[in-house]
Amino acid sequence: MSAAKRLSIDRIACAGRGVCAELFPERVDLDEWGYPVIPDPTVPEHLLGHARRAVAGCPVLALRLDPAPPER
Amino acid sequence: MNTATLQLAAGPSPLWYATRAGGTVALVLLTATVVLGIASGGQYAPKRIARFEIAALHRNLSLLTLAFLVLHIVTAIADTFVHLTWWDAVLPFASSYRTLWLGLGTLAFDLLLAVLATSAIRLRLGVRRWKAVHWLSYACWPLALFHGAGTGTDTKLPLQLLLTAACTAAVVAAVWWRLYRAGPEHRTARIWGGVAALVLPMLLVAFLANGPLRAGWAQRADAVTTVPASPAADRLGGPR
Ligand code: SF4
Repeated sequence: MSAAKRLSIDRIACAGRGVCAELFPERVDLDEWGYPVIPDPTVPEHLLGHARRAVAGCPVLALRLDPAPPER
Repeated sequence: MNTATLQLAAGPSPLWYATRAGGTVALVLLTATVVLGIASGGQYAPKRIARFEIAALHRNLSLLTLAFLVLHIVTAIADTFVHLTWWDAVLPFASSYRTLWLGLGTLAFDLLLAVLATSAIRLRLGVRRWKAVHWLSYACWPLALFHGAGTGTDTKLPLQLLLTAACTAAVVAAVWWRLYRAGPEHRTARIWGGVAALVLPMLLVAFLANGPLRAGWAQRADAVTTVPASPAADRLGGPR
């Protein structure tokens, strides 16, 4: 079992403030309007600390970290 | 010589000085916290400072405010100059000493504690509930301001007046800037915010002119119904 997690965004709640991209550039890019894009949502264990900081730092709590779905 | 000086001459204690200094520093820090909070709410995004840095500063300054408030409160209670109990720190309007003016500070402290506690568990609380409590900050700051102006020993000092004016100007300017940046939603809230930001400085000036800056405030401050000062209370007031 891997401890990797999955990063997702509530696009309705997201206000496009870009804090997540500042705190977690390893996984979050910003599009040209400042909204986050996540090319690869899996967060390996060694990046979890950064991911949690980004989740806690989002002003509207639009960022979520969920257990990764079982790999097939 | 005014009453404050007389009282101080009678019993100056390091604790009392710590109380006054702690309160003043806490007000400045609270002001900075509130201004930063308003700035990030208005999506203030200067080129050279990242948003998470503003957020971190906002949080750290709020904790620093708490630290100075603890100093302010503990030294006030420990000092024998005025008689205060631990209950007076959390139960508003229960103190025998300057019930109203101290009570405002207690109320502000309670609100701040609520805001800090809910922020600590923000992830579990959810944005809506957290934000509902966070709005109390807008009540906390003016309460703290009037607590300081109403019962502060140093209210009359030119430097302290300048500081009070600067704090007020900072928050009022931030609120106006925020309203200017706001979108078309929440029209009533915006109107009330604008009115409050307009009325508050006028209220403060009127209060200062009629209360602490007039002679005999030290006596009148003990009575609850002194705004505006009644002629009877005025006559009871100390030497001019
Ligand atoms: S920090 Fe939150 S609101 Fe800002 S862009 Fe990221 S997900 Fe959206």
